[in-house]
Amino acid sequence: MDSSSPFRSRRIAPAVALAAAVTLTLAGCSSSSGGKKSEESADGASAGKASTPQMTVALVTHQSPGDTFWDIVRKGAEAAAAKDNVKLVYSADPNAGNQANLIQNAIDQKVDGIAVTLAKPDALKDVIAKAKTAKIPVVGLNSGVSEWKNLGLMEFFGQDETVAGEALGNRLNSEGAKKAVCVIQEQGNIGLTQRCAGVKKTFSGTTETLYVNGTDMPSVKSTITAKLSQDKAIDYVVTLGAPFALTAVQSKADAGSKAKIATFDLNKDLTSAIDKGTIEFAVDQQPYLQGYLAVDSLWLYKNNGNYMGGGEQPVLTGPAFVDKTNVDAVASFAAKGTR
Amino acid sequence: MSMTQHAEPAVGTPPAPGRKESDGRTKQRPPVLRLLARPEVGVFLGAVAVYVFFLIAAPPVREGSAMANILYQSSTIGIMALPVALLMIGGEFDLSAGVAVITSALTASMLSYQLTMNVWVGVVVALLVSLGIGFLNGWMVVKTGLPSFLITLGTFLILQGVNLAVTKLVTTNVATDDISDMDGFAQAKKIFASSFEVGGVQVKITIVYWLVFAAIATWILLRTRYGNWIFAVGGNKESARAVGVPVTFTKISLFMLVGFGAWFVGMHQLFTFNTVQSGEGVGQELIYISAAVIGGCLLTGGAGSAIGPVFGAFMFGMVQQGIVYAGWNPDWFKAFLGVMLLGAVLINLWVQRTATRR
Repeated sequence: MDSSSPFRSRRIAPAVALAAAVTLTLAGCSSSSGGKKSEESADGASAGKASTPQMTVALVTHQSPGDTFWDIVRKGAEAAAAKDNVKLVYSADPNAGNQANLIQNAIDQKVDGIAVTLAKPDALKDVIAKAKTAKIPVVGLNSGVSEWKNLGLMEFFGQDETVAGEALGNRLNSEGAKKAVCVIQEQGNIGLTQRCAGVKKTFSGTTETLYVNGTDMPSVKSTITAKLSQDKAIDYVVTLGAPFALTAVQSKADAGSKAKIATFDLNKDLTSAIDKGTIEFAVDQQPYLQGYLAVDSLWLYKNNGNYMGGGEQPVLTGPAFVDKTNVDAVASFAAKGTR
Repeated sequence: MSMTQHAEPAVGTPPAPGRKESDGRTKQRPPVLRLLARPEVGVFLGAVAVYVFFLIAAPPVREGSAMANILYQSSTIGIMALPVALLMIGGEFDLSAGVAVITSALTASMLSYQLTMNVWVGVVVALLVSLGIGFLNGWMVVKTGLPSFLITLGTFLILQGVNLAVTKLVTTNVATDDISDMDGFAQAKKIFASSFEVGGVQVKITIVYWLVFAAIATWILLRTRYGNWIFAVGGNKESARAVGVPVTFTKISLFMLVGFGAWFVGMHQLFTFNTVQSGEGVGQELIYISAAVIGGCLLTGGAGSAIGPVFGAFMFGMVQQGIVYAGWNPDWFKAFLGVMLLGAVLINLWVQRTATRR
């Protein structure tokens, strides 16, 4: 036994020393600024809970994974579900055929209501008809403002992307802009294309479209830089998502450009950028509201037979402008990831 | 600057003793053809062609700041294309390389933010995680003998899911929190994401790292025993093992090298953009692999160089930004890119065929 003890201690001692060293190092490595400790304790919106019997609602979107925007929609839907005693079943797939399958899945589960996004309405036509046959109420949200009635949906909550684009175009006119570049981060997405088309329609200056690869930020950055240095006449960069607006700020610096930046959609870093003045304004379609109203409307329909928009008109959640004048009111909600 | 699996003697090496120049069968081909047969020459000519093309088509490219921007774009691809190329020379490839970059950035960001640590703690832990993922990839490939396509397709999907799910669990959002006001950030930004001025032009530091890493990789491939091992395991694993090459070590370490690259690029992204969206990175692995293939690395392993992928990455950056500098209709963006790249590969192929014909 004697021969093994020095051997063992030789092995254990360094391990203990290492563990101690790591602990001490980590303890000494605390950040004195920023970080979670400085984050304010944020409470979610809560408004009691309905005593109605539990119902099940399926929310089926065309979200692609890891996108901040959809996360906000889902949070709104979850908040409404918690309040209304609704069991929320969330599923998503950017592929239209797969999205149709997910809706079929919800019908098979015999849910009490379905909320869908209509990014590719034609692919969902048949399955929505099936839901109707099964007597399940269906509402639309986010995309499909021009198709929801044709497909026989009960209500619709969202922003008319063309209208939002037109609003941004008008705003550019009042800001005195001459030449804008509209940055699309996903080629072939109808909603994004409509936004840029809307801008082009009302903006009295010239509009150019620029496609960037949204999954690769460094390439987004250098492509916008390239565009800004190629065309010095550009005085406004319009991005279609908050993270891309923040990247455009860096591109602007790299290109030595004086262009101003405006964007669609918000997140918490964007509100502080608006506050600082590095980004002029954002057009917010209030995704939280879209998710919330979609779920809440199904609850209201089941419990009181209500239709929002009277079943004839869409309920518009945007365009709501966020700029330096009102950013303070929005910032605390954006910090929680709900605005 | 490189050698192929056929153990072509390096330039300047005297003929082996006993081999006579006069022997017709071993007669050396003219130096020009020997040069053209090298894997990186085709891509070099392709890169020059693309560069000259845009120099004519897009006037802004002639300015120094445009070149700095093109090189920056190339460097973020090129730093990852290097280890990916070495791995391919070693006979394997890695589909998880694109999302692994984001995994590393997410790890560093969330760890430092959630525990309110100095960001360097996150940076170091992220390195360990990245090397660990590389080790796991390599270990599974070596132990199971399954094609690396399958193994790394698995890790690609796992990482994609973990990136999203863990970020959501930890931050309750799908993007990380801004860490730019935390201790150590400014310092780390200096190392991973700073820029400096050369003749009035802002140059990003990643360009320097890219070229330094390329030089180191070239030296490793051509001048070290480890370099020989890489060619050997990629050419024929069994014969390599038979002559005493540590196949397991070589393959696992190559996967870990890809992990290192992913960490480096991940840190660059984190310290440039302050936050990371968890859905990024998908599809980048194919760009890294393309840059390596265009750079003369065979999909079958055993041949290639480290300088080839540098030109491969440069071509990507040049074409991608050149189209924008030329002010062409952006609807055709991807199609232009595809035509240019196919053209480059064909030039590459043609040059090599012409050079080795006889």
